[in-house]
Amino acid sequence: MSALRTEEFTVNMGPHHPSTHGVCRLILTMDGEKVVKVEPVIGYLHRALEKICENRTYVQCIPILDRFEYVTAMSCNYVFALAVEKLAEIEVPERAEYIRVIMLELNRIASHLLFYGVTAMDIGALTPFLYGLRERELIIDLFEMTCGQRLTYNYIRIGGVARDLPPEFVPKCREAVKIITDKLVDYEGLLNENPIWKVRNQGIGYLSPEDAIAYGVSGPVLRASGVEYDIRKNDPYSIYDRFDFNIPTHQNGDCYDRYLQRLAEIKESLKIITQALDGLPEGEIQPKKKINAITYKPPAGEVYARVENSRGELGVYLISDGSTKPVRVKTRGGSYNQLQALPIMVNDCLIADLVAIFASLDVIMPEVDR
Amino acid sequence: MELYPVFMWLHDLLESTGIGEPWSTIISYGFLAVTVFGTLSILALFLVWWERKIAGHIQQRFGPMRTGWHGWYQTIMDAVKLLQKEDIRIATRDKAVFFWAPVVCFVAAYLAYVVIPFGENLIVADLNVGILYIIAVTTFTVISLLMAGWGSNNKYALLGGMRSAAQVVSYEVPMAVSILTVIVFAGSLSMVDIANAQQGNIIFNWFIFKPPFGIIAFLTYITAATAEANRTPFDIPEAEQELVAGYNVEYSGMKFAMFFLAEFVNLFTVSAIAVTLFFGGWHGPLLPSWIWFLLKTFAVILLLMLFRWTFPRLRVDQLMEFAWKFLVPLTFANLILAGWFKYAGWHW
Repeated sequence: MSALRTEEFTVNMGPHHPSTHGVCRLILTMDGEKVVKVEPVIGYLHRALEKICENRTYVQCIPILDRFEYVTAMSCNYVFALAVEKLAEIEVPERAEYIRVIMLELNRIASHLLFYGVTAMDIGALTPFLYGLRERELIIDLFEMTCGQRLTYNYIRIGGVARDLPPEFVPKCREAVKIITDKLVDYEGLLNENPIWKVRNQGIGYLSPEDAIAYGVSGPVLRASGVEYDIRKNDPYSIYDRFDFNIPTHQNGDCYDRYLQRLAEIKESLKIITQALDGLPEGEIQPKKKINAITYKPPAGEVYARVENSRGELGVYLISDGSTKPVRVKTRGGSYNQLQALPIMVNDCLIADLVAIFASLDVIMPEVDR
Repeated sequence: MELYPVFMWLHDLLESTGIGEPWSTIISYGFLAVTVFGTLSILALFLVWWERKIAGHIQQRFGPMRTGWHGWYQTIMDAVKLLQKEDIRIATRDKAVFFWAPVVCFVAAYLAYVVIPFGENLIVADLNVGILYIIAVTTFTVISLLMAGWGSNNKYALLGGMRSAAQVVSYEVPMAVSILTVIVFAGSLSMVDIANAQQGNIIFNWFIFKPPFGIIAFLTYITAATAEANRTPFDIPEAEQELVAGYNVEYSGMKFAMFFLAEFVNLFTVSAIAVTLFFGGWHGPLLPSWIWFLLKTFAVILLLMLFRWTFPRLRVDQLMEFAWKFLVPLTFANLILAGWFKYAGWHW
């Protein structure tokens, strides 16, 4: 009896799919239930953010870049402010730097908690999603208290921050840090040693360190492959060199390690926040020479600023001709490169694994599509 | 015939009005069927509400709160809403199959209740092949899943139906073999005899306390039962991340509700069987027997609900491997050893 004739077929996954975290279309070439090839199709959420920035003044660019990577909007605010500060050599007050670090780390935790929730949901566990969002809510409340916004903050401005912390922020923040530290034990208890969780994640979606570097992958995905690279340590910005924290790494480069990696990073961020709250000085939060939102003109030149956000390297390349508007704003986000690396991580896996791999990359589609 | 007093009274009443013998029996059995159907429908509606409340409380929410005290009539309103919904019938469907699939599913779910003893003498018919009958009729569910997938004429529904059918058939084997272990203990296929064999000695005559075979049989049974009832971690038929919606994607309105309710009736069925086989059935002190039965069944259902809201989902190939490479050998080894113990007359 001759072998059954089989042929590969094409399945379209997305653009509307519950686990593509936005609007991403994946063209799958399937051999039975196995995924042979994945081809991501991007651009459904293209909003021409970079072009819009060219028609706005520098200060007006910040709320636009909020929308660039909305899950960690603080770091988007920050990276643009950092680029302008580098270009114009603006001195940032001490207190503002501390507030920025607190906000950036809180936002990183919020983003990783969201990751925890949605990844568990993609694997089929519904409860962790609610747990992750519950603790994220604490952080979002802190942001709301500080700047009135819950998602797109427009808080970190050129040369400082928009307004000072409210007096009840510090105790509330300490309380949130304590609650999250406690709840992390629950999180780990729910999934870390869960045999189903392990069998679904371990050895799935392997990304070798060489491939990760070649594809420009950064952030937790890179560190989960065993490469110790974190811009906060390797190219310190702001006042990160003052804090004592580690760069956790994991060696296996699979979905399970990427999950552990993010939980480990939450703990490090909590350490940084505690230290920053302890060392928070009094003083100004904006530079002495005020930045006028309409007439501010940085000197002509080019600059690239980069920060480590929860998805890797977030960068802004800025060209200024000395006028009130930037000539070119080029953004670089971690998700874009990670999505690019998706096809090499799919190794004859099943669709269910593809969902797990996609979730473990923690891709934010608006960032990919700009 | 173990029929409860109301039934006897009804039967006598019909006899006294002078209706002939076949008719009085038929009418009283019809009454019985309606009673069982009504009770189970109410139980299914209650279970939907209960599941939502439990899910809510596990997930730091309240669940339904708006309709009545803690939303107690939420599911009734949902059922009323689904009754009013337009019944969308896609033009390319296979008319007969599409129509009958939910009916078969619904009926198959209820058929098992012919032999489930709700309490002392509270059983429709104590068949001497009771448990075999249950295994046989619950298999109808597979046919209904395939019918739903095929009748919808939709590749997603068909794939969902195939996956469901493959899963249910695979887990039927370890489930049946676990049940066989209990039959070895009890020496009878009748549900009443099995329950009666566990009477006395407080709770230590329950078959779950026959180490090690009883506990292994229970664990394998409850695992297979979770898969039979299509619940997490075995809810492959409704894996929303992988499938569009599974076999019922083209169904709407009351037809969808029938699948949905059948699922909860199945949940009650597998738990009721577990109670009868492993937890002494309706036997218990002080309280009426049917209250004991319901309490024990709800305890098992609670266990299954906690599974659902705690575990992630297995992958489809892992699911099959778990059934065929782990559960089936384990249950067979358990059955053979239990049989050997019984044959050798070694005491438990």
